[in-house]
Amino acid sequence: MPSSPQPWNNPKLRAFAIQLAVLFVVGSFVWIIVDNTITNLQRQNIASGFGFLENPAGFGIALTLVDYTEQSSYGRALLVGFLNTLLVAVIGIFVATILGFTLGIARLSSNWLVAKIATVYIEVVRNVPLLLQLFFWYFAVLRALPLPRESLSLLEVAFLNNRGIYVPALLLEGNGLILGLSVLVGIVSAWLIGRYAKRRRLETGEIVKGVAFAPLLIFVVPVLAFLALDMGLKAEVPSLQGFGFKGGWSLIPEFVSLLLALSFYTAAFIAENVRSGILAVSKGQTEAARALGLKPTPILRLVIIPQALRVIIPPLTSQYLNLTKNSSLAVAIAYPDLVSVFSGTVLNQTGQAVEVIAITMTIYLSLSLFTSLVMNWYNRHMALVER
Amino acid sequence: MSESFVRTIHAPERMPPNAQIGMVRWARENLFSSWFNALLTIFSIVLLFLTLPPLLDWAIFSAVFSGEDGAACRVDGAGACWAFVEAKFGQFLFGRYPAEERWRVLLTLFLGVAGLAPLLIPSDFPKKWFVAYLLVPFPLLAFVFLSGGLFGLAAVETSDWGGLMVTLVVAVTGIAASLPLGVLLALGRQSDMPVVRILCVVFIEFWRGVPLITVLFMSSVMLPLFLPEGMSFDKLLRALIGVALFSSAYMAEVVRGGLAAVPAGQYEAAKALGLTYWQSMGRIVLPQALKTVIPGIVNNFIGLFKDTTLVLIIGLFDLLGIVQSNFTDPTWSSPQTATTGYVFAAFVFWIFCFGMSRYSVYMERRLDAGEQR
Repeated sequence: MPSSPQPWNNPKLRAFAIQLAVLFVVGSFVWIIVDNTITNLQRQNIASGFGFLENPAGFGIALTLVDYTEQSSYGRALLVGFLNTLLVAVIGIFVATILGFTLGIARLSSNWLVAKIATVYIEVVRNVPLLLQLFFWYFAVLRALPLPRESLSLLEVAFLNNRGIYVPALLLEGNGLILGLSVLVGIVSAWLIGRYAKRRRLETGEIVKGVAFAPLLIFVVPVLAFLALDMGLKAEVPSLQGFGFKGGWSLIPEFVSLLLALSFYTAAFIAENVRSGILAVSKGQTEAARALGLKPTPILRLVIIPQALRVIIPPLTSQYLNLTKNSSLAVAIAYPDLVSVFSGTVLNQTGQAVEVIAITMTIYLSLSLFTSLVMNWYNRHMALVER
Repeated sequence: MSESFVRTIHAPERMPPNAQIGMVRWARENLFSSWFNALLTIFSIVLLFLTLPPLLDWAIFSAVFSGEDGAACRVDGAGACWAFVEAKFGQFLFGRYPAEERWRVLLTLFLGVAGLAPLLIPSDFPKKWFVAYLLVPFPLLAFVFLSGGLFGLAAVETSDWGGLMVTLVVAVTGIAASLPLGVLLALGRQSDMPVVRILCVVFIEFWRGVPLITVLFMSSVMLPLFLPEGMSFDKLLRALIGVALFSSAYMAEVVRGGLAAVPAGQYEAAKALGLTYWQSMGRIVLPQALKTVIPGIVNNFIGLFKDTTLVLIIGLFDLLGIVQSNFTDPTWSSPQTATTGYVFAAFVFWIFCFGMSRYSVYMERRLDAGEQR
C-alpha cells in the first residue's frame, strides 16, 4: 500500500509555506527599516511630511520655463526642475533620433569611407562614459570659450562665449494665435489631401498628381496668413551691455553641453539599434521588391523601413528612457534639472531626504511607466499590420 | 584555292583594363559607385581633412611630453599636456593610497587576474576551482589587502582610495553581485508563486525606472537613516550597495530574455526526469539561457563600468573624479590640462569597454558554433 505523501511534498502546501516565509522576511525587513528611519528622524529633529513644498524656496534658478522667483515655493521649484528635465530630454530625443538613424544607415552604406567613419564614431562614443563626455563638453569646450567681451561672433548677430550662445530673437508683430491656427489648418488640409489621394489610388489605381507636395501646405498656409494679415517680423539682435549680452535668444552653456552630450551619446546606441533592425530584414525582401520593379527609394520606404521599424522600436524606446534618466547627470554641471534643483538644492535646504528622494524617484518612475505604456500600445498597433 | 590563316600561338595576355583592377576598381566600387556616393565620399574626405590634422597636431606633434610642471604646457600653441598625465599617473591609478602600500593593490589585481584569466580563455581545464576561488577566498583576500588593519598590514581608509582602483572595485563588486542577484530575480519573476513574482516585478521595475544618480543619492543620504542608531556604513560601501541593487535589476531583465528563449520542452523534460526545481534550473535551463544572453550580460557589464563614474557625484574619487580634481592643481594649470586629462580618462575607459565588447563578440561566435551548419 502506497504511503500517503508527506505534507512537505505537497506542492500547494509547500508553495504556500514558501510564500508566507518570503512575505514574513520582506515584511520584517521593511518594518525594521521604517522603524529605524522614524527613530532616526525624531532623534535628528528632522521634520517630516510634505508641508515643506509650500514654503518659500529662497534660491534662484538659472533657467525657468514658468514664472519663478526666489519667493516661489519649493513645489514651484520642483515644477521648474521637472520642466527643465523634460525640455532637455525632448530636444535630446529629437536630435539623437535624427543623428542615430543617419549614423546607423551610414554604417551600412556601400560607401567604404562613410561606413568606416560611422563605425569609428559609434565605437568611440559608445565606449566612453557619458559623464566624461558631459564634462568634456562643459569644462573643456564651452567653459573654455572666450569671455563675453571677446565673444566669437557670426556676422556680428550671433555670439558664442563662455556664458552661452546668443542668437537674434525673432519677434512676431501681429496675432500669434491666428498664425498658430493657420499651421493647424495646414496640417489638417495636408492630411485630408493625403487621405483622399490614397483612397483614390486604392479605388481607381490613379495617382493624384502633385500629392507629394501636399505636406508643403504646412508651411504655405501660415506664410499666406502672415502676408495676408500684414504681420511683421522683428529681429532683436543681442548686444553687449556691461559684462553680458542683453536681448535676443540665449542658451546657457549648461543646457548646450548637456544636450550635446546626451544626444551624441544616445545617437551612437540608436545607430546600433537601427543597424541591427535593418539587418534583421531578410535579403529576400529587397530582392523580391526589386523583382517587382520597385526603385531603390520605394524599396527602402515601402519594404525595408516598415519591417525594420518593428525591430527597432522596442530598443529605441528604452534608449529614449535611458536618455531621460541620464539627463539627471545634469547635477554634475549644475544644469537646473529635477535632480539638481530638487534632490540637490531643496534636499540640502530642508534636510527632508526621505520625502525629497521619494518624490524624485516617483516622478522618474511615472515617466518610465508612462513611456512603456505608450510604447506597448504602439507595438501592438504595429504588430496588427502583420498577418 | 583560298589560303587560310590559322594562328598557332597564343597572343600574349593583356592586362585587364585599369578600371577593373587594384585600387582604381576598389575605389570605383566602394567610393564612387553612384553620383550620390561620390558626393558622400568627397564630403567625408573634406570632413577628415578638417578634423584629422588638427587632432594629430594636438595629440602628437604640438603635444608636450615631458616637463617638470605646467610651465612647459603654458607655451602658446602647445597641444596636449601629456606631461601632466605622466606626473600624476600614480594618483590616477591609486588615488591617495599611500605610495609604500601600493604593492597591495597590484597584488590584489594580480590575484584577481590569476583567478579570472583561466575562466576567460576557452579550454578543457576544470573551471569550478577557479570559480570557487573567485567567489569566496578572493573577495576576502582583496578586502584584507586593500583595507588592511589585519596581519600587520597598515590600515588604509577608503577615503584614501581613488583613481582607477576605485573604478575597478566598484565595477567588479557590482558585476559580481549583480549576476547572481539578477539570476535569482529573473527566476523569481517567472515563478508560479504570486507573492514571489510580484515582489520581483516590483523590485526590478523600481530600480529600472529610476536614474542611477537618484539611487546613489538615496544610498548616501537615506541609507544612514535606515540603520539603527550608532551603526554606520562606509561611504564606498554605501555606493557599492546602491550600484549592486541597481545593476541586478538590469541583469534580471537580460536573464529573463534568456529564460524565455529556452524551449518549453526543456523545462518539461527536466521535470519528467524527476529533477527538483533547483536541479532543473541549474543543470538544464540556466546553462542554455545564460549562453544565449552573453552579449546582453557583457553589455550590462560595460554599462556598469561606465556608470561607475557617477560615484564622483556623491564625493568618491574614481578615475574621472581624481583626474578632474587634479585640474585645480596650480602647478599644472594650463589651457590644455583639462582637455588632456579628459582625453586620457576617456582612453582608459574606452580600452576597458571596447575590450569587453570585443571579447563578447568572440565568445558569442565560439558558443554559437553548434548552431552554425
